[in-house]
Amino acid sequence: MSMEERIDFYPTHETGGVRFRRGRPLPFGATIVPNGVNFSIFSSAADSCTLVLFRKREPKPFIEIKFPPEFRIGDVYSMIVFDLDYEDLEYGYRFSGPWQPEWGHRFDESKIVGDPYAKVLGGRDVWRAQPDWLDPYQHRARLSFDDFDWEDDKPLEIPTKDLVIYEAHVRGFTAHTSSKVSAPGTFGGLREKIPYLRSLGINCLELLPIYEFDEWENNRQHPETGELLLNYWGYSTVGFFAPKAGYAATGKLGMQVDELKNLIKELHRAGIEIMLDVVFNHTAEGDQRGPYISYRGIDNRTYYILTPEGYYYNFSGCGNTLNCNHPVVRNMVLDCLRYWASEYHIDGFRFDLASILGRDQNGAPLSNPPLLESLAYDPVLSKCKLIAEAWDAGGLYQVGSFPAYGRWAEWNGKYRDAARRFIKSEPGMTGEIATRIQGSPDLYWYRGPTASLNFITCHDGFTLRDLVSYDYKHNEANGEYNRDGNDDNHSWNCGWEGETNDPGVNALRIRQMKNAATLLFTSRGVPMLLMGDEIGRTQKGNNNSYCHDNELSWMDWGAVEKESELLRFFSRLIAFRHAHPALRGDRFFAHRDYVGSGKPDISFHGTRAWQPDWGGRCLAFMLCGQHASPKDSDMYVAMNAYWDGLPFEIPWPSEGKRWRVAINTSMQQPQDIFEGESGPIIESSELIVGGRSIMVLIA
Amino acid sequence: MTFESSEENGIGTVRLAGSLDGKTSPEVREQMRPLLATYSKIILDLSKVDYLSSAGLRLLLLLYREFSAKKGKLALVGVSEDIRTVMSHTGFLDFFTLAGTQAEAVEAVS
Repeated sequence: MSMEERIDFYPTHETGGVRFRRGRPLPFGATIVPNGVNFSIFSSAADSCTLVLFRKREPKPFIEIKFPPEFRIGDVYSMIVFDLDYEDLEYGYRFSGPWQPEWGHRFDESKIVGDPYAKVLGGRDVWRAQPDWLDPYQHRARLSFDDFDWEDDKPLEIPTKDLVIYEAHVRGFTAHTSSKVSAPGTFGGLREKIPYLRSLGINCLELLPIYEFDEWENNRQHPETGELLLNYWGYSTVGFFAPKAGYAATGKLGMQVDELKNLIKELHRAGIEIMLDVVFNHTAEGDQRGPYISYRGIDNRTYYILTPEGYYYNFSGCGNTLNCNHPVVRNMVLDCLRYWASEYHIDGFRFDLASILGRDQNGAPLSNPPLLESLAYDPVLSKCKLIAEAWDAGGLYQVGSFPAYGRWAEWNGKYRDAARRFIKSEPGMTGEIATRIQGSPDLYWYRGPTASLNFITCHDGFTLRDLVSYDYKHNEANGEYNRDGNDDNHSWNCGWEGETNDPGVNALRIRQMKNAATLLFTSRGVPMLLMGDEIGRTQKGNNNSYCHDNELSWMDWGAVEKESELLRFFSRLIAFRHAHPALRGDRFFAHRDYVGSGKPDISFHGTRAWQPDWGGRCLAFMLCGQHASPKDSDMYVAMNAYWDGLPFEIPWPSEGKRWRVAINTSMQQPQDIFEGESGPIIESSELIVGGRSIMVLIA
Repeated sequence: MTFESSEENGIGTVRLAGSLDGKTSPEVREQMRPLLATYSKIILDLSKVDYLSSAGLRLLLLLYREFSAKKGKLALVGVSEDIRTVMSHTGFLDFFTLAGTQAEAVEAVS
């Protein structure tokens, strides 16, 4: 008997010329089946549910079909509708149920709500195109083919210890006219810049949120400049399963799924993993004043953490908190990540405000959060990198204590702060920086250094250039009188606030950027670089550019030429890290010799060899290469955060070897960084390390 | 959608005109079926196709795959710049042989 002869592939009901039958409760969402589409959706508290079908972009539905009582199994409504034009279909639901906010119910049958499992969402098809505000259904669920031809592609599974992550914004990366790509600001545009990422040497691209969001959410005009301010970063999810249509050049044709998959396939071909920044802590529905997009109108009490009075807890700082440890929501998150890992070949996920994922249904932190445990042990996700932003806006700070199950890594905020303070010459930082360089064993002693995602800058805060150009944030362009954004930046302007023509200040800034980069790429753990830091991108002192879809946030590709010295330094530095396994170990240093090389795996020094000064501004460390690989070099890194040059006594190299300069941040190109063993040999036992400079020697 | 076919020196040429989308794809597929069985070399002329949807692209790939499996050769000709860009962004372009002119297409399948 062929599949086509199955009796359940034929309709049993008809209304208004549309034929349908009882569906299957699982999987949730809209699934293309022989002859039709299976629609399935959960609601635990609704009285009834109606499927609403539209032709693409039409304001009025062509049919509404109320689920007959026998189509509900448990809390799941399901139905197969036949003979639909998959490409021309948009679907939503109406739910009838109680309006009892004090019990958590906010049903409103007049609203059409979207499917939480929608794989494609229409309504914001072209970035920044004015939406039809009168449309009663703003974010319209559509069907996805999910038949992309991946050929032999699969997630790359690069060992975590070898990753070099580049954090970028899809639009900001190529929106600037200087990018000269065919479709600026899109997945397609990004694809054209893969050669740049390859030559820089990164092997993992982390994208700011690409799940469908509404760039128009909370849009406003700057009171003085009139600049239109948008939700540019996108940390406000409309649909967790749908890629941002406005990020696709082909979004207007509904082909964002293919365009994103093609980008991923090409990244993988270039040896670059892709990691998504995912936001499961809240949704775009805001608090009780917010819109009905989906979850609130389907099962408010299940999807959100509510106060005893039925209001929204706001641990996210964005109006509501997703009820991640409710079993139904937990399964949705799991289904979602499995979908992205299997259907889009995503290599890893970075979880925004991940501590929320460890709160219970009343908001209390759990010691063994079911969601985090499920993600850690999931069979489909087992090779995906899982990285937590281990804090939330409700006061939970879990850097070093995030429930990890041997799987989770963390954005190490302590690394960032210590690195910044050391580089700006704060005294007494040598002890802490020694710990951070080793992968923060104080925080991750039972997890290993790959649990430490090291970074000095990220999208949230100053860029690297601004970190060395501003003492204070300058967020006036955000229209909130400079009240928003972090005040605790540990930044130093090098003697002048903002841009200057002073050659001395500018030279020092270049040096400080090189120092930061050298520290980051010689530290154990996983380094992450912010988009544009390699070419000195500035946001003019703005440390919270979430609302700027303009040149303040965009990467100016003209700087690839103008800042070629910095770019050369970064790409050689990344190559240096890739070349030396001693920099990338996945175990903590033992501080002893366990291979018989005559040297400990790591040793610390000061201006005198073997005598570190715990409390000053100078620190040197030596890595014994043999402890990582029989062929790896020894390495000596002398960091002088004092403002004058200082002599450092160098430990003796191993028998038959001589120290050579690999990096010297006090020099300009080409003497700042050398390829392989082309640097000058050090003849004396003493090294003068310039003020606020780092030297790296290899032997 | 209109569909015309002709033959010259054992090469079948199919000229499509209009929109190739979810509505017209099944019909085109039916009409192509006997041609795929008849010829080993086919040229698909899309110069009169003004719109190619996701379903249309999938039909082309399906035809290409079916035909290649039978060791047939297929080339596209007259692909507009817009359609070529869409095919490039979505990854479909690499699967096909594209020709600028009918003569080039004949050469490509010969």
